[in-house]
Amino acid sequence: MDLYQIITDIEKVDPEVYARFDSRRQVFRHLTGIGRKLTAATLPGVFAGLFSKAYGQTGTLPAAIADVLNLALKLEYLEKYFYQTALTTVAFPNAEARRAIEIILNDENGHITTLRGALGAQAIADPGLTTFDYTGSRGGERAPLFPDVLTNFATFITVSQSFVDTGVRAYKGGAPVLMPNKDILQTALNIHSVEARHSSRVRALRRGGNLSTSLPKSWIVGDEGYAAVAGQVTPLGVGLRPYGPGNPATTYPAENNITQAGVNIQTTSSISANAATEAFDEPLDPATVMSIARNFVVRTSNIFG
Amino acid sequence: MTKPSTPGAAGLATTTLALPRRDFVRYAGAGLALTGLLISGCDDDSENNNDTVDVGSGDPGVLNYAYALEQLEAAFYTQVVAGAFFTGTATAAEKAILQDIRDHEVAHRDLFRQALGNGRIKDLQPDFSTINFADRASVLGAARTFEDLGVHAYNGAGRFISDANNLTLAGKIVSVEARHAALIRELILGANKFVDSDVVDLSTGLERSKPPTEVVVEANKFLQNGSKISANSLR
Repeated sequence: MDLYQIITDIEKVDPEVYARFDSRRQVFRHLTGIGRKLTAATLPGVFAGLFSKAYGQTGTLPAAIADVLNLALKLEYLEKYFYQTALTTVAFPNAEARRAIEIILNDENGHITTLRGALGAQAIADPGLTTFDYTGSRGGERAPLFPDVLTNFATFITVSQSFVDTGVRAYKGGAPVLMPNKDILQTALNIHSVEARHSSRVRALRRGGNLSTSLPKSWIVGDEGYAAVAGQVTPLGVGLRPYGPGNPATTYPAENNITQAGVNIQTTSSISANAATEAFDEPLDPATVMSIARNFVVRTSNIFG
Repeated sequence: MTKPSTPGAAGLATTTLALPRRDFVRYAGAGLALTGLLISGCDDDSENNNDTVDVGSGDPGVLNYAYALEQLEAAFYTQVVAGAFFTGTATAAEKAILQDIRDHEVAHRDLFRQALGNGRIKDLQPDFSTINFADRASVLGAARTFEDLGVHAYNGAGRFISDANNLTLAGKIVSVEARHAALIRELILGANKFVDSDVVDLSTGLERSKPPTEVVVEANKFLQNGSKISANSLR
């Protein structure tokens, strides 16, 4: 039996066969390494391992892709337990606001199921409610940033805004890593836009309704006060500013960026600087995403590093 | 004309060398859909398929596809803010929202125009004859169509992009379109319609993205003959 010939034959039907094995070099190294040890007894196992990875539902995703999906999954759990808890503890101003959060929670549960399905055995364990501390005290290790987040609607919806906008930036930042797997990329994009829909709704609730002329707008204006750090409490509070630059800032600019693909949006379209920033959301790198999210887990948890 | 974002030609070549089985199935399916279109198109003498503007292939094709949709949206909102609903009965909040969205869509259109340079498709002539710009429901109903379609279009086209910078650029825009879509839906369909089963699969929480071949059919309803688009290579 010539394993190389079999793979070559598969390639005639499925030119992507090598992509399914991570890389041509890796599969041949793998086969070369086991070559001497191959016996009739071990052969079926080798085959099963090789091809279930390539084609099976329990296949192994490249580490970079799994990392992006698992970070997304952690953020989904952060949101899920937040909304789930809040629905029983927060004093909602009306049924409409409560319903909005129920709808968002339903989507987050769907995202968790979807991401777990894509990751298979590579998915992180459910961190559970006790991993999270939404007051920002990190499990009583420091003064809470938002003591009444799970009772006061205004505080709750402020923190919600931070979570959804962090989520949108995180998915956007992770998307290029997923490009080798088009189906997973599309799934992530289909979560990304739903998170943005959530953000739009949450921001409308925060300003007092869709047709309120108060702030925030449903889109991100400038850096939403991120830069006003010195001695000031920003609109979202200390330690919770998902609108600043990531690392490196050239790849992950702050939300007040007005230059896209080398084009100055404000001058090219003769619009205000604010409108130029609103028209484009910015991606964020995993490390910066985690540093924001870390504020909301107990000190003993390392899920966000 | 500046051309700051050069699409990755190297990545494009590999995709055309061979036809994976999965892609073959997609081609076969698209062929069936296309046949259906041609048959239904035969009944309509006003259609002139020879004048269709094809967006092209690879990353330039995706960018031109986006450029076409942004042209449509920018033209629509430009007409909205000049229309009788906006200048008349629209509330202050509605005016602020529609003015903002107009600015965003113009920005998107102009960016693609710059980025594509001489490789861009021609200026498209919209046909908004089905929209009553004096009527709130007609204006917001059309806005909802454009915004949801835009989101579904970007999501469905991401897989055809080879250059990571282009994917990120599309990502920067699509989330803003989704913000628009969610708010406009609330205004026209009622509270808490920011997601619903027509745009999101409520069991998976996934946006119902659309492939370019489906999107162009919707977009062409708002484009004049001679400006109708096709995306025959994006499948």
